[in-house]
Amino acid sequence: MEPLEIAERIRERFPEEVRGVVEFRGQVSVLIRKERLLEICRFLHDEPALAFDYLKDLCGVDYLGRRPVRFEVVYTLYSMKHRHMVRLKAEVGEDDPSVESVVPVWAGANWHERECYDMFGIVFNNHPDLRRILMPEDWEGYPMRKDYPAEGPEKEWQGFRKVLEKAERLKEFTWKG
Amino acid sequence: MERVEKPLQTRELTVSMGPQHPSTHGVLRLVLELDGETVMKCTPYVGYLHRGTEKLAEGMTYLQALPLTDRLDYISSMANNVGYCLAVERLFGIEAPERARFIRTMVCEMTRISSHIIWIATHALDLGAMTVFLYSFREREWILDLFEMLCGARLTVSYPRIGGVRNDVSPEFLDSLYTFTEEFPKRIEEYETLIDKNRIWLRRTKGIGVISAEEAINWGLSGPVLRGSGVNYDVRKRFPYDAYDRVEFDVPLGRNGDVYDRYRCRMEEMRQSARIIRQCIEQLPAGPIMTPDAPKFTLPPKEKVLADMESMIHHFVLITKGPMAAPEGEIYVATEVPKGELGFYIVSDGTGKPYRMRVRAPSFVHASVLPKLCEGGLVADVIANIGTIDIVLGECDR
Repeated sequence: MEPLEIAERIRERFPEEVRGVVEFRGQVSVLIRKERLLEICRFLHDEPALAFDYLKDLCGVDYLGRRPVRFEVVYTLYSMKHRHMVRLKAEVGEDDPSVESVVPVWAGANWHERECYDMFGIVFNNHPDLRRILMPEDWEGYPMRKDYPAEGPEKEWQGFRKVLEKAERLKEFTWKG
Repeated sequence: MERVEKPLQTRELTVSMGPQHPSTHGVLRLVLELDGETVMKCTPYVGYLHRGTEKLAEGMTYLQALPLTDRLDYISSMANNVGYCLAVERLFGIEAPERARFIRTMVCEMTRISSHIIWIATHALDLGAMTVFLYSFREREWILDLFEMLCGARLTVSYPRIGGVRNDVSPEFLDSLYTFTEEFPKRIEEYETLIDKNRIWLRRTKGIGVISAEEAINWGLSGPVLRGSGVNYDVRKRFPYDAYDRVEFDVPLGRNGDVYDRYRCRMEEMRQSARIIRQCIEQLPAGPIMTPDAPKFTLPPKEKVLADMESMIHHFVLITKGPMAAPEGEIYVATEVPKGELGFYIVSDGTGKPYRMRVRAPSFVHASVLPKLCEGGLVADVIANIGTIDIVLGECDR
């Protein structure tokens, strides 16, 4: 199916949810509201004519100060059977940065969602195991947000001090040669 | 006399495997909950090698971000560079010239061979077949020497450029590479004689870490891990890039989705790679290696900067402002790297820097499936499972 046709199918089924369709270099993005996200994903996955069974990628984008709704969660979907692709983008506001988890639909979303939570602080409701994945568990702040400095946080990570203390404690066991 | 059953004291044991365990292939940590020798629960911990590539790229121009991509999957750096360049080219709407596309295809396949060689070497070593390791590193050395001949670097090459490649190939390089493609299939046979009918190898790989085709798709696996389960999905065939639509090759498929089938897939893939390289050398067209728009994207050669006014201006503008402003939009471009599908999702806000660069790393996705493969199996098979998904933690953590 042609990408724009797919977008039309989504609009037909969920007329109130679709906020816009953009085509760029042959790739189509469908911007949707987040409220019925899981339902839309199930529809895309189960509808025989669409059959989006493969979640290529899931990531967050922070549009701080550029768009009225700050975050977007981007789902890149592909169908093994029909060989077509579409990009779904769910708008997530700053005041309530949460969205429904799509792990029940695509199991592979698990770690992608954890990473998105880790990096952007977007909470995925009903996720089986929502913990930080790349950063330490007790890290403060969300590094990929645009208001987080690339040069590092102003204050030191507390866990680092603990590591140093532990290293000091275990010094007597180091190999003396 | 009455026999009294004395209850045996058993308890579940929690073992932390890694992050410095040699068979975890980098800094992967697995926390295993064991009941005897059976793995009840497996929890992978990643992030030890997190360097913030995506965040760093946001502060760099498209040109500067290129060397960051080498460091993702550092044993197949060429393929990562090509993936990034293709994504940026697609964003700008330009295309590399014919000759550059063939060269890129060639070097990508060389990378595939060298990555698979490391994989078979370490995987066999983990499972107790040490000889393969020694033989296969001989061929890897050969490929690294060829890379050095081509661009001067062996590991982190940064050879492809946005809109082409950095320098042309020499006839000596092509000769040497052609000899390699003739010699290499014989070497694969050598590895196979060592392990293919080895009873220990078969017992440790057949029926281990099974994942069905539906599950593999649902988990988002890609590359040989997906094809081992019999799913015919190869980015090179489905979305041909560079010169992949001009060469003939087969996509090897497995049937059972176990460790052994994935091993067979990768071995066949190496043969196909040699075949692709040979076709590329035979068909290599003459012509430029950079797109005519090159001055807007890539630094001119040093000697030109010092002698030619125009080149100096381009050099100055590229360094200070970055490439010509990209059109506003977003693009997801996938390439088939040795590990699987590497995707670059770039959001452009119309400046010379990417607003957001997301790397869809195959190793990250494959590491997430580890609990599925390991749980219910034996501790010894955890090693086989880590080897078979072929992860590089540099790419997993980014």
